[in-house]
Amino acid sequence: MKTNPRTTVLNLTEEEFVYPGNRACSGCGLSILYRVGVKALGRDCIFVVPPSCLTVMQGLYPIAATQMPVLNGTFASTAAIATGVKAAMRRLGRETQVVAWAGDGGTSDIGIQALSGALERGEDIIYICYDNEAYMNTGVQRSGTTPQGSLTTTTPFSGKSEVGKDLPAIIAAHNPAYLATCSASYPLDFHDKLLKAKQIKGLKYLHVQTPCPPGWGIEEHMTVALGRAAVETGLFDLYEIENGRMQLSGPSQQLLARPALRPVREYLQLQTRFKALGDEQADALQAQVDRRWAGYRDRFK
Amino acid sequence: MSNPIIESGNVAAAMAVQLARAEVIAAYPITPQTPVTEKLSELIAAGQMDAEYVAVESEHSAMGVCIGAASAGVRAFTATSSNGLLYMSEQLHWAAGARLPIVMCVVNRAIGAPWSVWNDHQDAISQRDTGWIQIFAKDHQEIIDMTLMAFRLAELVHIPVMVNYDGYYLSHTYMPFEPPDAECVDAFLPAYAYKHALTPERPESLNTVTLPDARLDVDGIKRGGYMDIRHNLHEEMGKSIEVWEEIDQEFQSLFGRGGHPVIDPYRCEDADVVIVAMGSMANQFRVVVDRLRQDDGLKVGILALQMYRPFPSAIIAEVLQSARHVMVYEKGLSYGNQGALYGDIKSALYPYPARPRLHNFIVGLGGRAIPTESLYQTMKTACEQDLQTPSAQVDAPQWIGLQL
Repeated sequence: MKTNPRTTVLNLTEEEFVYPGNRACSGCGLSILYRVGVKALGRDCIFVVPPSCLTVMQGLYPIAATQMPVLNGTFASTAAIATGVKAAMRRLGRETQVVAWAGDGGTSDIGIQALSGALERGEDIIYICYDNEAYMNTGVQRSGTTPQGSLTTTTPFSGKSEVGKDLPAIIAAHNPAYLATCSASYPLDFHDKLLKAKQIKGLKYLHVQTPCPPGWGIEEHMTVALGRAAVETGLFDLYEIENGRMQLSGPSQQLLARPALRPVREYLQLQTRFKALGDEQADALQAQVDRRWAGYRDRFK
Repeated sequence: MSNPIIESGNVAAAMAVQLARAEVIAAYPITPQTPVTEKLSELIAAGQMDAEYVAVESEHSAMGVCIGAASAGVRAFTATSSNGLLYMSEQLHWAAGARLPIVMCVVNRAIGAPWSVWNDHQDAISQRDTGWIQIFAKDHQEIIDMTLMAFRLAELVHIPVMVNYDGYYLSHTYMPFEPPDAECVDAFLPAYAYKHALTPERPESLNTVTLPDARLDVDGIKRGGYMDIRHNLHEEMGKSIEVWEEIDQEFQSLFGRGGHPVIDPYRCEDADVVIVAMGSMANQFRVVVDRLRQDDGLKVGILALQMYRPFPSAIIAEVLQSARHVMVYEKGLSYGNQGALYGDIKSALYPYPARPRLHNFIVGLGGRAIPTESLYQTMKTACEQDLQTPSAQVDAPQWIGLQL
């Protein structure tokens, strides 16, 4: 595999693939990801998108904000539709990348069966899940990945009582060709990982934590700061799994060198969605992060 | 028949798909459809068919794969039955709304609950408003011929086509039929080309969110909103009756079979009483018609309906107007109302001055046997008592063959 030089703002392609003035909310984490992600993917791609914020962001008929070919499909069948498009590309003798791009609801809940099928079949597609940790497009309802304690419109007053699904772990259990976790606040890391994914045969899964100002209750200018806080507090870890081997990557890997992580409260307190989270729950979360990171320090020292 | 073979209805369907050179096959097993997909995977594995076989994890995904492949300009096929069809219902609406020329065989089977693996038409009937063209074959020859013709129709009108045939009665029985010659099929069915196929060279965003009103595009051209787009589907579905007839004529000139693509009337010209039915039961009724004419001197005919959606109202009405009585026998219904086909026939006749009296019979649900003798007896009784019965009573469906 070709090792690409690390992406920097200086070597990032200047060509834009999204028109300005799209319908994303201001401060949208997804709009950062999409803009930079398409730069990594290039024009020889076909996107498959289920209902999500991305559907709206890409444009309403007959006007498109995206310059990419897009097939919008039903909520539950993103990975299946992408399978069909890829099968067609093989029949046509084309190398075109097929990229499924879905939200956390479309991936961890309603779309998980089709994705599991595609993983088991080893479909040669890139699947990107932008995880804003609730059903944001329909107005912030709880999803499978919504973290415990988070306020949503369907977990009002006291927040979600259950722990969110560890979706990358579910995907990892299928032994995908490549798995990476990313953050909308580290778009260049996402870019690096997409460049790698493009070279690998089989199903490449990228799980991207994506801060959402209206859904998380943060100021629009805080999007990047929030995603960084999630990583720097050890709540959301950036890693890659290749050939079954997990490795911390980019910003998370650099944290190993630090004597201590930022306390999780620094992340929680920035968002109104966690205002119902009690001290005990925050302590439990901190303990959980500490345990996991103690494990990382043993494993990756 | 010049080169007949003896095979099952499911194999006839698979052979049609092979002849049609479908390139992406996605399927999930369900009784009694399973042998179609087994046969297709066997043909592909043996190198006798050049296609991608995608063993999906559900029917919803089977149609998802077909939607993806067809949107990228590649001919796609799937087959299902019963609850499998219902599980992909959302995708059926999507495929029709997206105007994708997918062909699917539906091996008709009852819907659970309770479970029944046996035949009736409730699966297809329940999906009649999805925007799919629905064809009903009544023997093995029609399965292979109509499935081939379905690809042509779907690609000409850009509407998906569902070819229905009865589970077990047709799917698992072995009958002689003639497979069309492969070279002639290639002439009959040119390669699929789709001008809106997904490609990076000419990027389009397909099936985007539409607004209630028509809107200007970037070039200032007014483009339809949801309602306009859906109106197109309805209009073009109506026109597909004529296209289906033209395809049949061409098929007939190439293969020497056909001539009754929309309806297939048997001894209806002078009939006082016309029976209407779909699928294999319509062929069974030919025996009943012959006996009623010969033994009882009753002028009876049978009208087989081959195309259920779009509903060929005018064509049906033309045949039925001259009859005094129309007996609609069907294997599916709109619960709480009456037989779905019966309701359609009634509405087709409403605009005409000479309206025959209508009778509705529900038969064979969940594979309950339909003995030819009982069809004969119910027809005979119905013909004898017809004129005295008040119409309200006649309008309610009569269930034939109840055992409790």
